[in-house]
Amino acid sequence: MPVLTERKTQPQYDVIVVGSGAGGGMAAMILALNGVKVLMIEAGRNYEPVKETPMFHTPEMAPLRGAATPDRPFGFYDSNIGGWQVPGEPYTNKQGTEGDFWWWRARMLGGRTNHWGRISLRFGEFDFKPKARDGLGVDWPMNYEDMAPWYDRVEQLIGVYGENDGIANAPHSSPGVLMPPPKPRVGELLAKKSGRKIGVPVVAAHRAVMSQPLDWKNLPKVLFPNNPKAQEILGKDMMSRAACFWATNCIRGCSIRANFQSTTVLLPPALATGNLDIITDAMVREVVLDGSGKATGVHYIDKVTRRDAIAKARVVILAASTCETSRILMNSKSRDKAGLANSSGQVGRNLMDSVGTRLGAHIPAMEDLPPMNEDGAGGLHTYVPWWLVHDHAKLGFARGYHIEMGGGRQMPEAKSFGYLDSTSPGVYGRKLKDEARRYYGAQFGFSGRGEMLPNKDCYSELDPHVVDQWGIPVLRFHWKWSDHEIKQAEHMQQTFAAMIEGMGGKAKPLSGADAIQRPGEIIHEVGTARMGDKAAESVTNQYCQTWDVKNLFLMDGSVLPSNPDKNPTLTILALAWRSSEWLMEEMKRGNV
Amino acid sequence: MNSDPSPISRRHALKGLFGSAAGAAAVPVLAAPRETEPAPPAHPTRFVFHDPDFMQPLKFPWEKLLSAEELATTQALADLILPKDETSPAASEVGVPDFINEWVSADYPAHQEDRETIRGGLGWLNTESFKRFSGRFEELGVDQQSAIADDICGAAQVKPEHHVGAVFFKRFRQLCVGGYYSHSKTWKSLGYVGNISLGGPYPGVLPEVIEKLGLQDVV
Repeated sequence: MPVLTERKTQPQYDVIVVGSGAGGGMAAMILALNGVKVLMIEAGRNYEPVKETPMFHTPEMAPLRGAATPDRPFGFYDSNIGGWQVPGEPYTNKQGTEGDFWWWRARMLGGRTNHWGRISLRFGEFDFKPKARDGLGVDWPMNYEDMAPWYDRVEQLIGVYGENDGIANAPHSSPGVLMPPPKPRVGELLAKKSGRKIGVPVVAAHRAVMSQPLDWKNLPKVLFPNNPKAQEILGKDMMSRAACFWATNCIRGCSIRANFQSTTVLLPPALATGNLDIITDAMVREVVLDGSGKATGVHYIDKVTRRDAIAKARVVILAASTCETSRILMNSKSRDKAGLANSSGQVGRNLMDSVGTRLGAHIPAMEDLPPMNEDGAGGLHTYVPWWLVHDHAKLGFARGYHIEMGGGRQMPEAKSFGYLDSTSPGVYGRKLKDEARRYYGAQFGFSGRGEMLPNKDCYSELDPHVVDQWGIPVLRFHWKWSDHEIKQAEHMQQTFAAMIEGMGGKAKPLSGADAIQRPGEIIHEVGTARMGDKAAESVTNQYCQTWDVKNLFLMDGSVLPSNPDKNPTLTILALAWRSSEWLMEEMKRGNV
Repeated sequence: MNSDPSPISRRHALKGLFGSAAGAAAVPVLAAPRETEPAPPAHPTRFVFHDPDFMQPLKFPWEKLLSAEELATTQALADLILPKDETSPAASEVGVPDFINEWVSADYPAHQEDRETIRGGLGWLNTESFKRFSGRFEELGVDQQSAIADDICGAAQVKPEHHVGAVFFKRFRQLCVGGYYSHSKTWKSLGYVGNISLGGPYPGVLPEVIEKLGLQDVV
């Protein structure tokens, strides 16, 4: 059993990977498939989606009928262990902040890949060179062409449905890479029709959900051409993943392994190599260095025994999630008070989330339709890529957003029926049931996910006064939106209102300042240890290697120099794969 | 959500520690003879709302606060709001009173507010029943119950003396509907036909719906 329930690690590993989510899971799998001995350290508990996922559980099986609570903000059946508050692991906000940052944590094997929306959009050519276009933020140290093959590989490995749409800055996947998207639901078709009238393109969503079985005979050879052992392991594993059966929300996790979670897609083949040990319930506190400044391992707290311990390796990869990774760097003070790998002063800086707003309405055309099963792929089938990429000069904000959508005949929940207050005030008895039937499934809404610019007021640092229950200094956040984000939020609301009106509903859009959701609420926080061309301005190079410590790598959202509207997971996966291959080359060359 | 995470975190930190102690106490004593203390729990803070074990029956973790009398009134009003009909059960047949009891007993600020609204409202309702018909609400006939409900449901202008009842009725109806339709036994009648596995590609929208809504050109 390579999950170390005995809590005894080997004396020395080739690589330690801190974190088991998208970045850590990918790094561990690529390394292990190539014979590298890896120790993965996860702060949360072991988690086995195949055994633990409440796939078809109904609300009446849960306390409070499964309703969302402060402890389970996405509903009781959401797979996430943790959330914006983790017992015993606080964080703070700095005096003077213009909005408290909400820091989401996943304390479980697989991290937040167990919970996410599976929306898998490639960053485009403009996204990698944003400063070159508008003079704001910073450019990435690579361009889209460098990343395209890695996006192809990731999509082939995990299974992504979608279509190539010919929209600028929404890159095409290579032919045959994407799986066919599921047909739209009725609300999505009405949105598409409405969008046509106002030039808003509603197209197939890209999501990491298998709409058909993986080509397990051929894909392993394509992905690992000179590695027969990897081909064999991956072939077997791909064969055992089932296609989506069009039921249950993806955030519950997926026991048939149809969608992407690190725990169902990356860790099983990695463990099958015999080259990976995993220790869970182990909270890394800092990176340990030798006298020459090289990393020799990590210092962690064993949460089960409450003992401090050190694990050693030739290379350390931090993939603990954006803010946790920079927290570990800032807490690693053995050489420099500013924290490890921070000669640029950029660790903790440039914290970004997505701009989010939402607007929904009652759509009369959706009333009284015959019952249809709209569970579908457990998430959206259609979306709107940013369609005004050439119009920023007249829009008054610099960066774009995409639109997600949903509604219709979803599984009824305790909080699903608020609309009866407005459709049927004062009604009770048999008539109330008639009205519930008539109006059920006639709600539809839109959510924007927009790119924010990095700015000097959005950062995290160590709180000098507070430690968590493990004695580790906690993060303190500071935040301020710029006008770009507020104006973008306003534009979202106007667009959503126009879409709703076009569907025959009545919309009440909010101002940008009122509509914008909280910093951290969209759970797309990235930055805090950005990559770049120059050591003076960035924390890592384009392969996630820190400039200051050659055998220390950061493979999660922390290295993103910008936060395009496209949800970051797919890019974190592609970066981790690309960087792990480069790391192995450097190890062979004796440079690391 | 609370706008300032820090105080709430400290409260949660305490809760976590208590959870840990309770968890340790709950571990059955199956230690090997030479061990001097029980092994620590595998999941230090496994409170049902932090880390549910979905493979076990999921128990409501707090004491349920409504009395038998309050529950009787709750049941009578819930069944008046959502009575049995040809295709669907009455509210009390799908556990709505127990759901409302859970709801008002949960240890979260929003639920504590609801507790005051619901408890106070149930009391108000019984006093109103006593004044008009000399009995508790659940002892009245449906016509008498409806006479009171009509005054507080909000369909007509609510008189000042019925204000408390009207605030209560609105919230009670929301909880009642939420508890009712979140039970899978009501779904067929409502028109929710999902939560079953389907083979092959996702079927999409019915052809007659596409025609009815004029969606042929966007399919």
